[in-house]
Amino acid sequence: MTVLLNETLKQTSIYLPVPARIADVREMTAYEKLFTVELPEGYSLNHRPGQFVEVSVFGVGEAPISISSSPSRSNGTFELCIRRAGDLTGVLHRMKAGDTIGIRGPFGRGFPIERFRGKDLLFAPGGLGLAPLRSLINQVLDERGKYGRIMILYGARTPSDLLFTDELAEWEARDDVELHVTVDRPDENWTGNVGVITTLFPRVQVYARNTIAVVVGPPVMYRYVLIELLGKGIPEGNIWFSFERRMKCGVGKCGHCQINHLYTCQSGPSFSYAEIKNVEEAL
Amino acid sequence: MGFKIMPKAALPAWIDRLCADYRVVGPKPLHGQYIFGDIHSAEELALDYTTTVLPPKKYLLPPREELLRFEGSNAEPVIEEDAPPTVVLGVHTCDLHAIHLLDRVFEQGYADQHYRAHRENVVLVSIECLKPCSEHSFCKDMGTLSADEGFDLHLTDLGDDYAVDIGSEKGEALLEGLDAVRDATPEDYERVNHVMAEKWPRFPYRLEFDVTELPSLLAVSYHSEHWDELGERCLSCGMCTKVCPTCYCFNVVDEVDFTLSAGKRIRHWDSCQIDEFAVVAGGHNFRPTRAARQRHRFFRKGKYQWEAYGLLGCVGCGRCAQACLVHITPVDTFNELYRRRVLYTARRQEVHT
Repeated sequence: MTVLLNETLKQTSIYLPVPARIADVREMTAYEKLFTVELPEGYSLNHRPGQFVEVSVFGVGEAPISISSSPSRSNGTFELCIRRAGDLTGVLHRMKAGDTIGIRGPFGRGFPIERFRGKDLLFAPGGLGLAPLRSLINQVLDERGKYGRIMILYGARTPSDLLFTDELAEWEARDDVELHVTVDRPDENWTGNVGVITTLFPRVQVYARNTIAVVVGPPVMYRYVLIELLGKGIPEGNIWFSFERRMKCGVGKCGHCQINHLYTCQSGPSFSYAEIKNVEEAL
Repeated sequence: MGFKIMPKAALPAWIDRLCADYRVVGPKPLHGQYIFGDIHSAEELALDYTTTVLPPKKYLLPPREELLRFEGSNAEPVIEEDAPPTVVLGVHTCDLHAIHLLDRVFEQGYADQHYRAHRENVVLVSIECLKPCSEHSFCKDMGTLSADEGFDLHLTDLGDDYAVDIGSEKGEALLEGLDAVRDATPEDYERVNHVMAEKWPRFPYRLEFDVTELPSLLAVSYHSEHWDELGERCLSCGMCTKVCPTCYCFNVVDEVDFTLSAGKRIRHWDSCQIDEFAVVAGGHNFRPTRAARQRHRFFRKGKYQWEAYGLLGCVGCGRCAQACLVHITPVDTFNELYRRRVLYTARRQEVHT
């Protein structure tokens, strides 16, 4: 019998993390590392792509981190791609395999992947946005037959900021994935596209009403990518985002992650454009 | 559940008895204002108080409380189950309504065991307000000027006696074995009816519209320039939220002891009015202006909470207005939005006729 991790919150305290072991740490870029996390015997994360966990280091604090691995590849562990951006992530970056962190979650509703079946999928990750989207992309690739075209338009600042380069190479090599990558600023070895992510959109022609677009990136990116997607005629309800907010408690109480009336940690962090187009604080 | 009569002369003996079995807190004077604080005898208690600086919320959601204690990577939750049962005396009905909202917030979805432990530990003895407590309160508008549930005991001042409504077994237990307390008679019903009928006209309506219109008024006022005007004045001090009986937003921080490996995870009150409230790692602020933060506060009070919990987020206690250094008040704000809306509608009608 395995216990679902978020069920444990109902036992003693919704704020009590479960101790989990870092099974592996992999350096990805100068700022990002990929952590493989193993829950204690008998616990299962059972997450959906797009959900997040609260990661704790006692004495330092707790922060929401999106789950980067696909449920289809769980293997008893899950992965977190973490950028060094503050106190907690700074400490995490100094941790090694074998160290213990605290985990609560998974939280949020994730992407409604059932509704994506049979559709063409256009993924538009910007920068670290690939971390949560990778969970969805790999899930989709592991049940490839259930979807139509798969297009990935990925933008990063520089070639050395590209995440999951081994997987990018795999996707590039597949006939059934259309991958386009661009960087804002090339280095001397870069032979690919140069420009912001929106410069990739003219490269793909889509059958708009059968296309689902999923966009995850820094706040500034959403408006510009949205213009491209609406310009292609993709229906508002088919455009999905995942929003970054300060989801301090994860359980709909603390108030930090509110987008107008919506608690991002409960109703999101994934939202369709149709759901939030009149929610002023969203974009 | 029942209705008793307690002579006022019996109050000191009752308080003494309560103090023997419970931690007793209630309104008492401090530096020219009133606060909720520990009570050891009836002399300290000021049941005829106006309003307190902080609401009794602090006994349910302490300004600062331990959630967890940790050592290394092991942690234990801190749930205050063996704290002494606490009687909160003299809760005004606005604050009672506020506690009702807090109950819904902390029980809905993931139930908060820390809040629940405090809540179950508290016995609420409310009191009927017979005259307005401050120039800023507008409980009559907000429908919180009385309460027929949510208390364990409820006192109504009848002159020489208190009418005591019993709201729960916890409340009833407070009266056990008190010889001075007697059952109410039909004459007592009349006395209470009379006091209630007399009290109502003493309280003014301060909103220029019916409160049921508040959520829809806000819905059409999101882009009002009035938010910018409030933002110009607001100091982002967060006092309005600190004194609010329904504000519950919090932050969670870790504190380590001298070993640097053991410590506490602390929850403390936070405020959506503070600049960094909606800042994420990397520094982006999702609510960067004071105008947007004031709007967020008023929308929570008048719309969001109503949508999420079926109760308005403002109980009309007036504390935020009292505390605000630049005189931003809910009554003025809501009325100003209403006036602008009426004016706007009138102008549109002119255009169309």
